[in-house]
Amino acid sequence: MSDKINMSVDIAGVTLKNPITVASGTFGSGMEYSEFVDLSQLGAVTTKGVANIPWPGNPTPRIAETYGGMMNAIGLQNPGIDVFKKRDIPFLRDYDTKIIVNVCGKSKEDYVDCVEKLGDCDVDLLEINVSCPNVKEGGIAFGQQPDALYDITKAVKAAAKQPIIMKLSPNVTDITEMARAAEAGGADAVSLINTLTGMKIDVNRRTFAVANKTAGVSGPAIHPIAVRMVYQVANAIKLPIIGMGGVATTEDALEMIMVGASAVAVGTANFHNPYATVEIIKGIEEYMKKNSISDIHELIGCVK
Amino acid sequence: MGKLKMTAKVVSQETLATDVYSLVLEAPEIASQAIAGQFVSVYTHDGSKMLPRPISLCGIDREAGTLRLVYRVVGFGTKEFSQLAAGDTVDILGPLGNGFMKSDKKAILIGGGIGIPPMLQLAKELDCEKSVVLGYRDEIFLNEEFEPYAQVYMSSEDGQHGVKGNVIDAIKEYGVDGAVIYACGPTPMLRGIKAYAMEKGIECQISMEEKMACGVGACLACVWKTKEIAEHSQVHNSRRCNDGPVFYAEEVEL
Repeated sequence: MSDKINMSVDIAGVTLKNPITVASGTFGSGMEYSEFVDLSQLGAVTTKGVANIPWPGNPTPRIAETYGGMMNAIGLQNPGIDVFKKRDIPFLRDYDTKIIVNVCGKSKEDYVDCVEKLGDCDVDLLEINVSCPNVKEGGIAFGQQPDALYDITKAVKAAAKQPIIMKLSPNVTDITEMARAAEAGGADAVSLINTLTGMKIDVNRRTFAVANKTAGVSGPAIHPIAVRMVYQVANAIKLPIIGMGGVATTEDALEMIMVGASAVAVGTANFHNPYATVEIIKGIEEYMKKNSISDIHELIGCVK
Repeated sequence: MGKLKMTAKVVSQETLATDVYSLVLEAPEIASQAIAGQFVSVYTHDGSKMLPRPISLCGIDREAGTLRLVYRVVGFGTKEFSQLAAGDTVDILGPLGNGFMKSDKKAILIGGGIGIPPMLQLAKELDCEKSVVLGYRDEIFLNEEFEPYAQVYMSSEDGQHGVKGNVIDAIKEYGVDGAVIYACGPTPMLRGIKAYAMEKGIECQISMEEKMACGVGACLACVWKTKEIAEHSQVHNSRRCNDGPVFYAEEVEL
């Protein structure tokens, strides 16, 4: 029976054996979770954001717990592209999974530099993080204005050897405007949503719970917002979508797929359950069997 | 076997002092591989709470397949744990962290407050000449359990138990000496111990806590400033959960 089920999906010409990947920043480069999960079972591994040079990130505390999730302001700490290429990519390449490299930067030149350095690298897709709410100088500056997003998409696309996925911010008035700007700029796919900007006060210390003052809210609490935005974007553009935002269960992932996501990323749920990704993959397969669905494409966007 | 998430059965729970509890869990898969200085992440039963609570291992019994956690109630999660009773279950992730780097040098084990519990397992594992220095605010706990393994010295802020003052005061008052310090406790205490160890030229390993999300080194929430560029991060940050929680004092900024 299972050999009759097709769970593979296509993102910009790259075939994922199933629609499940992880949300950037929640899974390192896969090494830390490889003790829990056989990475070869995942459709793709999306790595933590990497820049052209090492970034130290924000001061601690960097996280706080919230109802149905958490908030973080890690500040895109990363070892820089040179070490990442030498250490993280060869590790991942030993697994039978696709590699999506999340790229961050503070200026157009940073993004282009990093993407160019990935040109000779055996990775499948680049996810361009223009939506991190926790870094003052950059990232989000490109993700909240359609013109700026169009420009950065065009510049990155011209420099990239691999297909590019623009990761969209939910901290905008109309996410479909941003999706259209990414499409017009030449993006091959979009992913959404990044975290929602929030704030939490530590009433005992009478200060901000997270040192950065504001932090990105993630987890099941934001899932309905993410589903709504994926639905809107799916109806606004033709590009494939990687849906994310609070996905913790099979049902959550199916919701994303039914409103138009071709692939789904599991993020904060990994911290709650390190086996979440493989459990969801199995759950989707069981759902398809139970409902006599032979091809996952019957589900993608089936709710209009 | 490596790290795993499992459902552990509660063997027993008792109160040691105000808000300080001792919880024994049946977790043979983790107990069989854990060492002193490591920790487990404990999950609440409340579905609205996603993140586990990191708690150090006070005891590891390989034969019985049990872990003992001694913790203080500080918030919602630990409050819930304090209400667990024999026969209940709780999900845990472990063993996490690096643990202490044990040597046979004459040792001083220092614990402050809720940093005392991991020192008990270390006292059991260290096969060498050793002294134990325990610092309390007021109420004392676990001190008698150290006695089979080492001479125990105490300090308390109110002076009711041992020297009035802190653990450094106790070390000086009783002339405690050694060639290596192992310590766990609040940051101000660790800062004092680091300064003392540097002054005396003694090797010093410290263990410290921080809020964690993943507990396995992926999320970079729990970093600690390091003196040199750390190999994994390529910046002046190490992950307390995975590169630590035990560090050589000279490696970290306090």
